[in-house]
Amino acid sequence: MNNLIEILQSPWPWYVSGPLIALVMMLMILYGKTFGVSSNLRIVCAACGAGKKSDFFNFNWKNQIWNVLFVIGAIIGGFLTDAFLSSGQPIDISQSTVQDLKALGITSFESYIPTDLFNFKALSSWEGVFVIIGGGFMIGFGARYAGGCTSGHAITGLSNLQVPSLIAVIGFFIGGLTMTHLIMPFLFN
Amino acid sequence: MYTTQPTKEVEKSTNNAELLRKGIKYILTGILFGIIMTKSEAISWFRIQEMFRFQAFHMYGIIGSALALGMAFIYFAKKFKLKDIKGNPIVIPDKQMSVARYLIGGTIFGLGWALTGACPGPIFVLIGHGFGIISIVLLGAVLGTFVYGLVREKIPH
Repeated sequence: MNNLIEILQSPWPWYVSGPLIALVMMLMILYGKTFGVSSNLRIVCAACGAGKKSDFFNFNWKNQIWNVLFVIGAIIGGFLTDAFLSSGQPIDISQSTVQDLKALGITSFESYIPTDLFNFKALSSWEGVFVIIGGGFMIGFGARYAGGCTSGHAITGLSNLQVPSLIAVIGFFIGGLTMTHLIMPFLFN
Repeated sequence: MYTTQPTKEVEKSTNNAELLRKGIKYILTGILFGIIMTKSEAISWFRIQEMFRFQAFHMYGIIGSALALGMAFIYFAKKFKLKDIKGNPIVIPDKQMSVARYLIGGTIFGLGWALTGACPGPIFVLIGHGFGIISIVLLGAVLGTFVYGLVREKIPH
């Protein structure tokens, strides 16, 4: 039993977690639903009355409460893992990534996020607002424009061999590489 | 007369139980997802940076193995006409073909993904971990979705 808890607490290798993510997708399909997290952002807009401003938010969001329940579960899952399944060890990031990020001025490597970049104080600088609110904005705008995010396109869409999802994932990488290699060096210096 | 009242009561409680039974599996699947995303370290901003710098196999292994199993499942689900729990045939809705929409939208999404190190799934999981600042990222994402709804008629699809 102690052994099992130890295994659960240590980080899981990719060949365990990857197939488990596929299992989540399969469960949703077997429930007769589609695995797609970003749709919840549209549901939030609709539930807040955005339908008055745009027809895009005029849909019966109450039929999609199942998706809201899924993300409520995801929040609980994050909480439970933090409380009971945490190893307390910092993540074993490749040394070359650590070097690159140090060169960009990042100093905190202990947590899941660089806490020197992501904190409430950072919101008083333009750079912080761009990273935290601007970054979120691009995720929300881009996901809806592309009709899905990582779960809908990179996992479900590609599993179903859909060409639109392949184009979207190529876009994800064009954007991600541009941000990482061209914009971030400019932004953080 | 007095027999109708209890029947209604029973009906109502079965309805509530039914709703709970229907809803609980989504919450449990979400909890499973939150645990997997954490233990896989896919919620780590640093893992996403490592991926976009091609400095580790980790994230590619996760996405690749998820895809291999996902493809096999959908292939066999279609081949053997598997049904969902309600007995309906499994259909994954096709997306309308276009290039501009997926490429431009995807690129904008990728810019945000690399910058915040989180796509929508991990945003919720990180909030569960107690990172309050990520709820501001979520707020930004809701705002971005809202603005998309306002301008979608004016941008290429």
